[in-house]
Amino acid sequence: MAQIFKRSTNTVAKTSIYGAVFIVAFLVWVFMVLDRSAYNTGQGVTLAQPVPFSHDHHVTGLGIDCRYCHTSVEEAAFAGMPPTATCINCHKLIWNDSPMLEPVRASFATGTPIAWSRVHDLPDYVYFDHSVHLAKGIGCVSCHGRVDRMPLVYQQASLQMEWCLDCHRNPERHVRPRSELFNASWQADDQQALGARLVEEYGIQSKLSCSACHR
Amino acid sequence: MTVHDPTSAPPPAADTGRLSVADVQRRLAGRRGPEYWRSLEELAATPEFEELLHREFPRQASELPAGVDRRRFLQLMGASLALGGLTACTRQPLESIVPYVEQPESLVPGKPLYFATSLVQGGYATGLLAESHMGRPTKLEGNPDHPASLGATDLFAQASVLTLYDPERSQTVTHLGRISTWQAFLADARKALAALAAGPAGARIRVLTPPVSSPSLTAAIGRLLERYPAARWHQWEPAHRDAAREGSRAAFGEPLEARYDLARARVVVGLDTDFLTAGPGALRYARQFADRRRVRRGSDSMSRFYAAESSPTATGTMADHRLPVTARTLGLLAVALAAEVGVAGADAGGALGAREIAWARAAADALRRHRGQGLVVAGDCAPAAVHTLVHAINQQLGNVGRTVDYTAPVAGGEAPMAESFEELLTAMRAGEVDLLLALGVNPVYDAPADAGILEALYQVPRRVHLGLYRDETAEFSQWHVPAAHYLESWGDARAFDGTVSLQQPLIEPLYGGKSALELVAALADDQERDDRELVRDGCRALAPADGPFEPFWRRCLHDGVIAGTAFEPRSAVLDAAAATAAATALAAEPATDLELLFRPDPTVWDGSWANNAWLQECPKPLTKLTWDNALLVSPALAARLGLASEDEVTLTVDGRSLEAPVWVQPGHPDGAVTLHLGYGRKAAGRVGTGTGVNAHLLRTAATPWRAAGATITATGRRRPLASTQMHHNLGPDPIQGSNLEGREAERRHLVRVGTLEEFLHEPDFVHHAEHGPGDLSLHPDWEYDGHAWGLAVDLAACTGCNACVLACQAENNIPVVGKQQVAAGREMHWIRVDRYYQGELEDPTVHHQPVMCMHCEQAPCEVVCPVAATVHSDEGLNDMVYNRCVGTRYCSNNCPYKVRRFNFFKYNDTDTPVLKLLRNPDVTVRTRGVMEKCTYCVQRINYARGEAKREQRSIRDGEIRTACQQVCPSRAIVFGDINDPQSEVSRWKDEPTNYALLSELGTRPRTSYLAKITNPDPELEDEA
Repeated sequence: MAQIFKRSTNTVAKTSIYGAVFIVAFLVWVFMVLDRSAYNTGQGVTLAQPVPFSHDHHVTGLGIDCRYCHTSVEEAAFAGMPPTATCINCHKLIWNDSPMLEPVRASFATGTPIAWSRVHDLPDYVYFDHSVHLAKGIGCVSCHGRVDRMPLVYQQASLQMEWCLDCHRNPERHVRPRSELFNASWQADDQQALGARLVEEYGIQSKLSCSACHR
Repeated sequence: MTVHDPTSAPPPAADTGRLSVADVQRRLAGRRGPEYWRSLEELAATPEFEELLHREFPRQASELPAGVDRRRFLQLMGASLALGGLTACTRQPLESIVPYVEQPESLVPGKPLYFATSLVQGGYATGLLAESHMGRPTKLEGNPDHPASLGATDLFAQASVLTLYDPERSQTVTHLGRISTWQAFLADARKALAALAAGPAGARIRVLTPPVSSPSLTAAIGRLLERYPAARWHQWEPAHRDAAREGSRAAFGEPLEARYDLARARVVVGLDTDFLTAGPGALRYARQFADRRRVRRGSDSMSRFYAAESSPTATGTMADHRLPVTARTLGLLAVALAAEVGVAGADAGGALGAREIAWARAAADALRRHRGQGLVVAGDCAPAAVHTLVHAINQQLGNVGRTVDYTAPVAGGEAPMAESFEELLTAMRAGEVDLLLALGVNPVYDAPADAGILEALYQVPRRVHLGLYRDETAEFSQWHVPAAHYLESWGDARAFDGTVSLQQPLIEPLYGGKSALELVAALADDQERDDRELVRDGCRALAPADGPFEPFWRRCLHDGVIAGTAFEPRSAVLDAAAATAAATALAAEPATDLELLFRPDPTVWDGSWANNAWLQECPKPLTKLTWDNALLVSPALAARLGLASEDEVTLTVDGRSLEAPVWVQPGHPDGAVTLHLGYGRKAAGRVGTGTGVNAHLLRTAATPWRAAGATITATGRRRPLASTQMHHNLGPDPIQGSNLEGREAERRHLVRVGTLEEFLHEPDFVHHAEHGPGDLSLHPDWEYDGHAWGLAVDLAACTGCNACVLACQAENNIPVVGKQQVAAGREMHWIRVDRYYQGELEDPTVHHQPVMCMHCEQAPCEVVCPVAATVHSDEGLNDMVYNRCVGTRYCSNNCPYKVRRFNFFKYNDTDTPVLKLLRNPDVTVRTRGVMEKCTYCVQRINYARGEAKREQRSIRDGEIRTACQQVCPSRAIVFGDINDPQSEVSRWKDEPTNYALLSELGTRPRTSYLAKITNPDPELEDEA
């Protein structure tokens, strides 16, 4: 009886069995890379905004404090986005005919809000609280990066859960004195020593339970 | 919400094993049933019940549709993986942040604001605090500063926020069924009014409203009547309080409102009353009543409550001695009670049985022993003569001025409501009415059956209807104007004690609705006036003469009440002859055959809440029925007629008949049957239309609460009902519980009840029954450095009113599932109130036990989850992580308390835009395939934690209140940190009566219960 399979089939069979391991490993690797990529996380991606607002210019250039616009950052979960009226406070006097600011003036004149593209967008099942992090000595820069040097704001961190947990497991790496929360350029001389002391002093619990963020 | 066909497609017949009372008796013959039972099936230990008990979910809940073979299964699984698994890998969509143009003052995005407002029911206001998230009211709490609320609400207030957003609400003005405008309506109505004012004399304009206590609306209607002398005002409400009013009129010569102080009452006797869960002042009474009955270490007294009732109520379940009697016997019982306490002219006669006489003697003895500290209460459904006698009894015992006082009537007009309505109908029938303004009433549905409402309406050429819905009356009116919800409009009303409460809007009218106040004022005055101004005018009239008005107004608006406007008690002089006449009339009442009783429904009331799905799906306190009413019959009557629950019968009274399903209600008096109002709506909306049967079709003006001479004949058909009484049964031991004797030995002591005497003799009597290893575990113990949250429930205080169920639903975005899904055991409530019967079938004692997640120390659910979606938190919470859950349901399979709920379908409606406004933004909206359960309101814990951290302090005791705790009128629930020995919850848990549910399993639940302590009268001991 003639052979159904050729002799070379043995090789093909063996290769594909061994190969499967590598294929599966490769697929896992691809998934993990994709999952952590900017494509998925939006890390480092600059989004188009209705007005090309420059934090670099307003914060570093003009010295405006974060809280001038993000008013509720110390009292609520949501940091607060400035109402159009906040822009108009200054821009009714300066650059009040700049074509770039036309959407702002139009918004104020018509009462239609400006729809900004959300840069830092956590999943809807995550409940993050800005005010608690500030109260416990985590400054803006720890999560948002040097926004004060960003002409157009982008997301500096991955905002993935492993990134959150990284800090929640080692808060001493990022905690800073309450006086330096809004000072993006501040750097500790010895973060490890200071951090350990502040964790003690501020009573930082850095919750790791699921219900701290998910509910 | 998505409702899965509430009306059609009954569950398969196999699911409804018919169990007649005769079967129960046969199965029980010669044996003693379980002491505590939840359904006839359990009492009789039918095979169906045994099977149900062993299942995680009742029958179809966990089955694939029949006829799925292996190949089809693999196809489905493959498709599911492709669709469900891979489509989950989408990127997050780009979202926008839309800030204000000008941010309102004091609004902080992400922080709720609270505004005082009031809900008016039957003319009586209850003070509320409405939680507003950036302009969206999402939840209502009681206003602690309001005399009728004291911080609690009833279930209706909780559900009212769903009505606000109900997409089924009427949305446009219509004229002859066509879309029209408010301006067109006003022009037409003004023209008609002017023509009528100039036309022939006579009262040709009629205004029909529900009972009104609002100073501003009364003033506006007054202006309308003044401007158009041809106008008359009538008030109508199906669940009216005429009997109470007429009873006091007979006793005192003028109608008076009785106001109770249960804090001072050591003996309470109730005659057909539901004063703890329904009617004016119920929330306050429930609190006072419960406070008088809290037994703690060291306490040696509690009040005693005797209740006689013709139809079982939640209040009756709280009685130490409950006596089921027919309505006629209740009248005789009142006479006997009056005779016993020495009210002149009362003679009991010989018509009472030995049991009734013993009850009346014991109650009278107790009342006499506690002169001035006793109280007799008659219910709104008791006849006027009983009210008169009750006034005489309270007077005789010196209770007046101590436990009861009298004030001017709060709501309603001069005449009794039924009389006023009848007068209107007579005029309409005679063709004397040219214009009818029906404002917020629905007489086409709820008028008495003998009123001939449609014939009368057709005699009126112009009919105007203002209503939240395009209901039955809207269909018979030329003009229909959508009404504004109370959270959309300004208003005011008096509370049960006369305190004027303000109602302020939380949101612009969603559907362009107008309030009755706006409509009347627009017709009474030449120009339209802002309703805020109208209410301010009302407030100004009540403001102190000296001092500026603006600060006073702001104070009132902030507090929700105008201070000092409660009515002063009136001195009431009793007419002794009236008491004699009442006693004679009651004694002379002929014995009747079967009585048909009408009662407002515990969840949809008189039908005005029929389109509220939360209320429809809320299991009623005693029957645990959802989505339906049924004819409640006593077990004895059912046995005589060979009936079982869900059998359809033809109910005939006075020549009128309707077909209704039967529900065998243990504890219902023999000789009477009950049908609740509020169902059988024809134009309620998608949710309410077609549920249940319409009791108004049998109810006449002369027999609002009781019709004698009813007959019942079985049709031979069955009508499936969705009752939850067999669901989530913790039942006897699931392994060996198959025979009754064996089961009795293995009782699980779910409900623990003792008397005050037992407690005083041996405070920790509840622990005698415990067995098993208790705390033994192979798993290591958890350690809690910070907080450890716990909850305790006082079973003695729980009235089973369901406010907690609704509060939890509103707080936690819990969906409704519809009748068919409830029948399959898939209701989603995170907290359920288990109702246990104890004792014999005919007159069992009833216990309520709220059951939510126990947050066990050694939680059986945690160890079986393959994806770690349910895990222990560092504060002892049993966290449920929705985004990890893959829906294996192992956890709920392993939960001995059956508190986990699974989203078999996408029950939450996330597509209807208006319902998005309803959701609590602090709680994830769950989708299909996800397990969920009580979280101890973890969003509230986290909020309080955030506040504490911001203020650099620790969380205070009492700062976190769970939704169920906050709403509870009788303060039966307390939550807090059990690591803090000074916290209230620790003190509760330290009581000797504290016990854990199924403690023998070693789960060590964080939720525990204080045993129910009763205070039976030694004189009636033999019976109790």
